Amino acid sequence: MMLTVDRLRLGFAAGKRVLAAVDGISFSIAKGETFALLGESGCGKSVTAQGIMRLLPPAGRVLGGSVSMEGQSLLTLPEADMRAWRGGRMAMIFQEPATSLNPVLTVGQQIGEVLERHLGMTGAAATGRMVELLRQVGIADPERRLNEYPFQFSGGMKQRVMIAIALAGEPELLIADEPTTALDVTVQAQILDLLVRLQAERGMAILLITHDLGVVARMAHRIGVMYAGELVEVASREAFFSQPRHPYTQALFKALPDMSRRGQRLTTIPGQVPSLAAMPAGCRFAERCARVMPVCREQSPVWRDEQSHAVRCHWRDAGVDADAAGGGHEITDLSVSAGKEFLRVADLKVHFPIRKGLLQRTVGHVRAVDGLSLAILPGRTLALVGESGCGKTTVGKALLQLIPPTEGSVLLGGQPLVGLRGARLRSARRHMQMIFQDPFASLNPRLRVGEIIAEGMDALAVVGDARSRRETMAALLTQVGLPEEAIDRYPHEFSGGQRQRIAVARALAVQPSLLICDEPTSALDVSVQAQILNLLKKLQSELGVAYLFITHNFAVVEYLAHDIAVMYLGRIVERGRAEEVLRTPKHPYTQALLSAIPLPRLEGATAVIRLSGETPSPANPPSGCHFHPRCPHAMDVCRSRYPEPVDVTATQRVSCHLLP
Amino acid sequence: MMGFQIVLLWSDILIWLLVAAGVGLGVLIVRTPPLLSAWRNVGANRVGMASATVLLAFVLIGLLDSLHYRVALEGKPGQKTQYAVEVLSVLDALVTPLRTRNEKTYSEPFATRLYAKETVDVPGQGTVREYPRLKYGGKHLAEREDEVAADAGFTAFRAGVLAFLGWLAVAGIVSGVVGHGEAPGTGWRRIWRGETAFAWDAVLVTLALMLLVAVPLFWLSGQYHVFGTDKVGQDVLYQILKSVRTGLIIGLVTTLVMLPMAVLLGIVAGYYRGWVDDVIQYIYTVLNSIPGVLLIAAAVLMMQVVIDTHPQWFSTAAERADLRLLALCFILGITSWTGLCRLLRGETLKLRELEYIQAAQTFGVSSWRIIIRHILPNLMHIVIIALVMDFSGLVLAEAVLSYVGIGVDPTMTSFGTMINNARMELGREPVVWWSLTAAFAAMFILVLAANLFADAVRDAFDPRAA
Ligand SMILES: Nc1ncnc2c1ncn2[C@@H]1O[C@H](COP(=O)(O)OP(=O)(O)O)[C@@H](O)[C@H]1O
Ligand code: SF4
Ligand code: SF4
Ligand SMILES: [Mg+2]
Repeated sequence: MMLTVDRLRLGFAAGKRVLAAVDGISFSIAKGETFALLGESGCGKSVTAQGIMRLLPPAGRVLGGSVSMEGQSLLTLPEADMRAWRGGRMAMIFQEPATSLNPVLTVGQQIGEVLERHLGMTGAAATGRMVELLRQVGIADPERRLNEYPFQFSGGMKQRVMIAIALAGEPELLIADEPTTALDVTVQAQILDLLVRLQAERGMAILLITHDLGVVARMAHRIGVMYAGELVEVASREAFFSQPRHPYTQALFKALPDMSRRGQRLTTIPGQVPSLAAMPAGCRFAERCARVMPVCREQSPVWRDEQSHAVRCHWRDAGVDADAAGGGHEITDLSVSAGKEFLRVADLKVHFPIRKGLLQRTVGHVRAVDGLSLAILPGRTLALVGESGCGKTTVGKALLQLIPPTEGSVLLGGQPLVGLRGARLRSARRHMQMIFQDPFASLNPRLRVGEIIAEGMDALAVVGDARSRRETMAALLTQVGLPEEAIDRYPHEFSGGQRQRIAVARALAVQPSLLICDEPTSALDVSVQAQILNLLKKLQSELGVAYLFITHNFAVVEYLAHDIAVMYLGRIVERGRAEEVLRTPKHPYTQALLSAIPLPRLEGATAVIRLSGETPSPANPPSGCHFHPRCPHAMDVCRSRYPEPVDVTATQRVSCHLLP
Repeated sequence: MMGFQIVLLWSDILIWLLVAAGVGLGVLIVRTPPLLSAWRNVGANRVGMASATVLLAFVLIGLLDSLHYRVALEGKPGQKTQYAVEVLSVLDALVTPLRTRNEKTYSEPFATRLYAKETVDVPGQGTVREYPRLKYGGKHLAEREDEVAADAGFTAFRAGVLAFLGWLAVAGIVSGVVGHGEAPGTGWRRIWRGETAFAWDAVLVTLALMLLVAVPLFWLSGQYHVFGTDKVGQDVLYQILKSVRTGLIIGLVTTLVMLPMAVLLGIVAGYYRGWVDDVIQYIYTVLNSIPGVLLIAAAVLMMQVVIDTHPQWFSTAAERADLRLLALCFILGITSWTGLCRLLRGETLKLRELEYIQAAQTFGVSSWRIIIRHILPNLMHIVIIALVMDFSGLVLAEAVLSYVGIGVDPTMTSFGTMINNARMELGREPVVWWSLTAAFAAMFILVLAANLFADAVRDAFDPRAA
């Protein structure tokens, strides 16, 4: 074994106490193997990685255990020797490519530093090696790129540079902490491919940290599931995906939204990961476990090992998932007949001026939304999907008139919204509300939950005396699954999922007919995401609200959407009913997007269409079909003329020259 | 009982308004849990609470000095009562001996004789040049002039014992309150083991130190000039006490002037952006590029001309000095709002993009309501930090400005005027060091306490400091 972690315990000093964040985890990684650490946020994955690298934050403490690599114990090494290991024999890449590069040094300088430090390479030899490294990680024109600064690179390219830096010292072990979480699916697929290729070439071991079961299925050879600072299940990829044994792992799988679960409630994991200060004595998952038994609360379970599939659980029949969901594609609600349109958007354009120079002259426009048409039907869900920066959020805000559209019309029940002001705009807004991505930024921390919910009621003059208002608020909170006492509490007392519920309650307070949800679950863990999706689904069936669901997560789309619109650089390239778009995508971009999603299944890694490059800047879109620089089917006509939309079926409409 | 007339100076009104605002803010804080928990953190900070205790003592002196009155003159019955031209404060009344027992000129701390030789007629010896006895300093010693050290030491010791007893009483009450409803002695133990949420131990230690210094000092000041006397024979301790109010007014009232301007313009610029922002940025950039001292000098001199040409506006010299003080506060406020304004503008720019603000906009909440409900409360920590930090800067600025002669009215006692006067004395041989030293020490303690308190506040309120 190349890396062996044995009963490692890591903690943080909090006042006079030291709280254990990682509590006795043991695993090992062989040469050329990818070991995935999986778990919800806050369960200690990143601390483990930092502990192995000996890069704990100042309050961090090693409480016990050992880490050894190639027989050398790392925790007892003097710091000076450790520096030679770091970068030289083990390297790390981080989640946020934007902040992990030094902005004032060129890419060449940053790679050169590692080469000099660990291989003693300088001058021409080093430059040659750098060019080679950048080429290996798939950066075109590496000679020129070496002298550029990080801000001249896009997110995916920065992550490639990070990988190049990590590889420069020719490490035997690469620790990747959520390396693709901040990236789009198409870019994620590129980076994951790159890692697999590099691993095959160099026989590196990879410790991959992630919360995404899809990424695990694509990458890992063996998997360790972490919960509240402990490993609870360790298994090979095959065993893990064919028969997860720990109740927590099983719940994670069941919480995943996807097509096969449409119409069903997702299984949620109630409650939250216990805080470091209040770790239960027995099984740490007991509070949330569906299989909990009295013994679980008293005694911490020990490892049970069966054919390279180890589990820490008292539950004996582990593996026999009794109430496994009865599969079945419930697609009845897909065929719901279309009613009268509720909101119609025609040829919507939002251009942001680019100003430059002393006089702030407008030198161009960011065409964030560039001629988009949509219709939303009452009680249905339209998903707007696309990569980041394609203009989805801008569409949502322009619909609400938070950003004035440059051109085009928005009709709400036949009444034009663009240009409305004052009281008339306010009364129109009553019909549409928005739920934002980040539940931590969307609630004012200085107001009580009651005041937050009352805000919309006040502004839109939803009437009532103090008592009936309080009753209304209580009813709203109950509806979103929060206790009534929440009214008098402050947002910081709630977890991410609960805050998102408050945001939903606030929007519902004015009884809108349309909720615009801008990535409402992308900041949440899978188990919490499931709660919010269940809630949204329940509210739709009870209240008949329509959703415009803005997202880049196809699993969520599959689960929730009736209709799908795929957006690329400010325009819709394909739209249709969910079934049509997901099963028979016609546009090459949709096809590529769908195939880039890593599926959380054994057979997940099917042949995929790989897109090269990233979304171009909306300030300067390519001529003709915006997609042609990345399209595998691009033809001459694509470069000169934007394709007209073609109706494939009565409901599916695609803009591509491939279609007659 | 003599009659008196209450005199309300403008600065008194402002300072009491500030006290009222402080009390109001306190009530607000108690009602707002997030603010309360931040202030609890301040309360748990030992250094912060120790400095707050010192500041509180200064504030107390300043407040006592902000209740003014004029004494009625004795007149013939039936005539309209006339009032003295001299405006006194409650503090003056409390320390009457200090105020009235003036010597002829300089005398050293604890001296019994003047610092300058004079020609005196000694019966039998004709005229001799010698250091004459002080009128008041050490008078009770009569012939035993060489026993000053012993006498002062003994008095100080007695006073110290008394101070200690007083402190014990206070500490006893505090521990009674802390350990309310528990076994006797628990409160005391909890305080000294640092187990209380509020840093009582720091407060009590500071209080002990303050009492041990202040009580003997005041006791002795009845018999000696503990800090010496100045050129016109006035007690330096008295001047220090009077300077405290001037410093506090400069530090507090100035913020009153600058705060509305900085907050309003900063938020408006950040929230509305566009041309409003351009105009406001233009104003503060221009203001920032004019040398501040020049601007202040010009404004103060102009104000002085106005004051001099309208003597009919003022019935007493105190009112005239007061107006000049306010003018100084005003002009300092005008020149110092830009920093805070810039900070608030930046923060507002960030806040306005936050989703809860946009959520409010989707409800059609009006801009002013958004500013008041959502933006202002989330800027409060910056405002509080800036205010506390600015205070010490302003106190120092006053000293510097008075030193170059464009500060407060020369008749008004302030740290600056004291230092300015001491400047001349430093050239003398032998040197007159006590005025400057005392002024410097007092100002140092005030500013240091303010700075330490500011640090504690910043630690508690600034999310990035954690
Ligand atoms: N206020 C703005 N000023 C200039 N450009 C903007 C502004 N808001 C968004 N953009 C640009 O518009 C494009 C679309 O952004 P957005 O709608 O946020 O995309 P998405 O929601 O798909 O991530 C991006 O290129 C973004 O940089
Ligand atoms: S030990 Fe008990 S509580 Fe813990 S996961 Fe197993 S069954 Fe659930
Ligand atoms: S129009 Fe051409 S470039 Fe665009 S998607 Fe179709 S085939 Fe590709
Ligand atoms: Mg977005």
